[in-house]
Amino acid sequence: MRAADAIIKALEKEGVKHIFGIPGGAIIEVYDALFDSGIKHILTRHEQAAVHAADGYARATGKVGVAFATSGPGATNTVTGIATAYMDSSPIVVMTGQVAKSLIGNDAFQEADITGITMPVTKHNYLVTDENELLKTIKEAFHIAGTGRPGPVLIDLPKDVTTAEVEFNYPEKITLPGYKPKYRGHPRQIKKAAELIMKAERPVILAGGGVILSNASEELTKLAETIPAYVATSLMGKGAIPETHPLSLGFIGMHGTKYANYAVQESDLLIAIGIRFSDRTTGRVSDFAPDARIIHIDIDPAEIGKNIEIDVPIVGDAKLVLQELITHITYRKRKEWEDKVEGWKKSYPLRYRRDNEKIKPQFVIEKIWELQPDAIITTEVGQNQMWAAQYFRVRKPRQFITSGGLGTMGFGFPAAMGAKTAFPEKQVVDIAGDGSFLMNVQELATCVDYGINVKVAVLNNMFLGMVRQWQELFYDERYSATCLRCKEMSIEKIAEGFGAVGMTVERPSEVEDALKEAFEIDAPVVIDFRVDRLENVYPMVPAGAALHEVIDEEV
Amino acid sequence: MRHTIAVLVEDRPGVLARVAGLFRRRGFNIESLAVGVTEKQGVSRMTIVVSGDDRTIEQVTKQLNKLIEVIKVSDVSKNSVERELALVKVSATPQSRAEIIEIANIFRARIVDVARDSLIVEVTGDEDKISAFIDLMKQYGIKEVTRTGKIAMQRGSKALE
Ligand SMILES: Cc1ncc(C[n+]2csc(CCOP(=O)(O)OP(=O)(O)O)c2C)c(N)n1
Repeated sequence: MRAADAIIKALEKEGVKHIFGIPGGAIIEVYDALFDSGIKHILTRHEQAAVHAADGYARATGKVGVAFATSGPGATNTVTGIATAYMDSSPIVVMTGQVAKSLIGNDAFQEADITGITMPVTKHNYLVTDENELLKTIKEAFHIAGTGRPGPVLIDLPKDVTTAEVEFNYPEKITLPGYKPKYRGHPRQIKKAAELIMKAERPVILAGGGVILSNASEELTKLAETIPAYVATSLMGKGAIPETHPLSLGFIGMHGTKYANYAVQESDLLIAIGIRFSDRTTGRVSDFAPDARIIHIDIDPAEIGKNIEIDVPIVGDAKLVLQELITHITYRKRKEWEDKVEGWKKSYPLRYRRDNEKIKPQFVIEKIWELQPDAIITTEVGQNQMWAAQYFRVRKPRQFITSGGLGTMGFGFPAAMGAKTAFPEKQVVDIAGDGSFLMNVQELATCVDYGINVKVAVLNNMFLGMVRQWQELFYDERYSATCLRCKEMSIEKIAEGFGAVGMTVERPSEVEDALKEAFEIDAPVVIDFRVDRLENVYPMVPAGAALHEVIDEEV
Repeated sequence: MRHTIAVLVEDRPGVLARVAGLFRRRGFNIESLAVGVTEKQGVSRMTIVVSGDDRTIEQVTKQLNKLIEVIKVSDVSKNSVERELALVKVSATPQSRAEIIEIANIFRARIVDVARDSLIVEVTGDEDKISAFIDLMKQYGIKEVTRTGKIAMQRGSKALE
């Protein structure tokens, strides 16, 4: 059969239900094959958005997300999306068209060396030069993307490969001699960890995105309750334990809760699970958790000892390791530590100055949480992201979807599209800044076209807010290129222009009603919340400071 | 500290770019890199000389291991036979020619090309030996040097696979 048809058949075999993408000459053959398929294709308006949507789909479901793009500009437009997925270990497969084999290397029309370009930001990538390798490649790609530490895989398909004739024998097995993820933790190391845990007086669990990726949330909660130990998460770990759980400390790091940061700093044992100790999480490394022994559980051996020295390394899948670890642990109350942490929680709650005149962005998020605590939340990047992380108390894994590693503005809205495509019955809300929203605003057309009824809450401060905050605090209020001077811009009209529903909200008293209305409308809705322009995110650990060196605001 | 790392890789297009790219991206400094086929079909062996402290070397090893086409990574710095090959084109006058040949003999090097006013000498050995040889040749006037970079293999019957 035609290779293009074999590709689509292979995707069906892999259980693919949705593909996001944009066609073009080099991949037209594959699109032609897609025409007769049961797989639903969603035509985005930008390839970057297609990849973010596939990524959002993957993060919401745990399945591999798929995106298509044509050669050259189509392919290069995917790069930000791929890098975003790479930094957050999200499993996606991106297929790009490529010029015919005979033209490769000749700077042909719409040629780009996309495998070269994406080498540093993919878990693996392929340029298929032999149609007989095609099916094996697809099989491998899905396997690599979804297993071990997940990540993006790109397959570049020269046009003449897609038009070739192949036999459809989709391989059952794969042979990758160099790829053998280790799932079971070493029993001796696990025992050692258990001994340290039993001896610890001030144990804290630090959970990252890996816990969510390995579906280990239940085990995590059980471990926390069994020890018992408080649980702080990274931004990516939000939802690993319900943030309404008495042992939850919320998230740590630059804008994490004070009590999470203090607890980690004063712990005598840190049980780090599926976390990579990014600088936004640890603060100044040399002063990170100075008294703590550290146990690190991670499926990727390269993460262990990369940024922080580790006492007990355990390489393995978080779920399996925790199941084993729990069997070695018995409950022991640690009254003094508990009193101390509970004291911090009481003394330093997240708080902001309430206002009856100006809309506080935090207030908007609190209301979203009150009205739709089970909504899937995506975020953009900046202040909006940090407020969402602080004030939306996530109760389930895969409920909070954010670009943690790359920090990609423009991620949240298409990611919401992806999540909503996977779960049309759920409320999906993108919490956005005005700057970020404009970076992929064209996807409103896609939402309207396909009835993808996501809600976007724009916290509109007419600034690139987070950068403005840094300029205010560290650069003498020199607001260089952060003021988005567009008082005349109407987000409401932009939404309407695309055929979606737009709203503008200027008073705190209108926030709740507007949200209620938006959640009831069966259409994509964008609400422009005109928020207090100069509101800052607190608490804040300045870049390069230690976690306990927190700046806070008087309230 | 300098380390010599042997890497077995699947012989697929782009592998070298992947490995070299990894070093640049992560800020590891490659001193030399030599690649060639092995006794097994479809498997190549790279020998990479890299300097760094223990932590750097550990990261190098782990990051290399993460590459899908990398089958095996091994630090062969200790207890191994290390060789490099160099071709040295040296100026030779009728007066100096005999001297150069004599030195080459002492180093068990071979004259592989003779021209009217120059010789090409092929020398193999560990790095020190080659450096010493090149050093001695300097007095005659070196026109060109090319070195392969180091290859290494651990002593004894155990093999990398
Ligand atoms: C693609 C991209 N470009 C630039 C940045 C740098 N950056 C980080 S936060 C930020 C401001 C975000 O502004 P906005 O979306 O309005 O959100 P706010 O901080 O005001 O909530 C910028 C420009 C980024 N993270 N991503």
